[in-house]
Amino acid sequence: MIEPCVSSAEPRFQLDYPINESDFLAAGESASKTKKALQQLGLKPEVVKNSAIIVYEAAMNIVIHATSGRLKVIIVRDEVVIRAEDTGPGIPDIELAMQEGYSTAPHEIREMGFGAGMGLANMKHCSDELIVESEPGVGTILEARIHLGQKESPREIR
Amino acid sequence: MTVKELLGTLDLEPLTEDTNLEGQIEAGYVSDLLSDVIANAPENSVWITVQRHINILGVAKLKNIAAIVTPRSLAVELAVIEKAKAEGIALLRSDRSAFEVAGRLYGVLMKEAR
Repeated sequence: MIEPCVSSAEPRFQLDYPINESDFLAAGESASKTKKALQQLGLKPEVVKNSAIIVYEAAMNIVIHATSGRLKVIIVRDEVVIRAEDTGPGIPDIELAMQEGYSTAPHEIREMGFGAGMGLANMKHCSDELIVESEPGVGTILEARIHLGQKESPREIR
Repeated sequence: MTVKELLGTLDLEPLTEDTNLEGQIEAGYVSDLLSDVIANAPENSVWITVQRHINILGVAKLKNIAAIVTPRSLAVELAVIEKAKAEGIALLRSDRSAFEVAGRLYGVLMKEAR
């Protein structure tokens, strides 16, 4: 499993959301809160936008597929790190799951406009680095990293 | 243009009454797949979709979507309307199809851009 990204450096900023099965609203709100918090830190609009998209897609994946999970948004050094960990069925074939259009979402989820097989592809597109590790029957860990860019650094560092 | 100006031009029904009528509209997007909207809808747009569950509001908020248009006079639950009011997102409804609404919206926005 992926080593926690905070092991080598203290995070400058951290958000932590529990995400539970079928709790769509909490998942949506985690993305809105992330967007707001990163905007307040004065990050580049592109970084804020990409981070919010990744949080939204990662949260929705937990809501749709897992039984429970956690989502963390951390700024360490010059990166935003989004880490999603869940307990659930896992992903047997990650390469296949990364393909746009591939989905295992049930019918009723697709009817709501989710589960089109675009989530992981969107996350990859929005991140500078995306790592997915999974153990079938146990759960999945996803970590996305977004470089802050040269000029932008958080205004208030606590 | 503002949401208010759009209401009159496209003959839309404001389900959320005076919510976000001064919101600015610069573009539009048509899709019923939420991931597609999240990835590709422009900021400050009008989103035309048949989806009417509460999650569309989260997507709209994330993308700074000023207004959502429900086509074909489809019913929208009161809980969704109330939540949209609280979130400051205009929910508008048309008796026309998504195709017709999009066509008119495109015409209006292009005319304004000239």
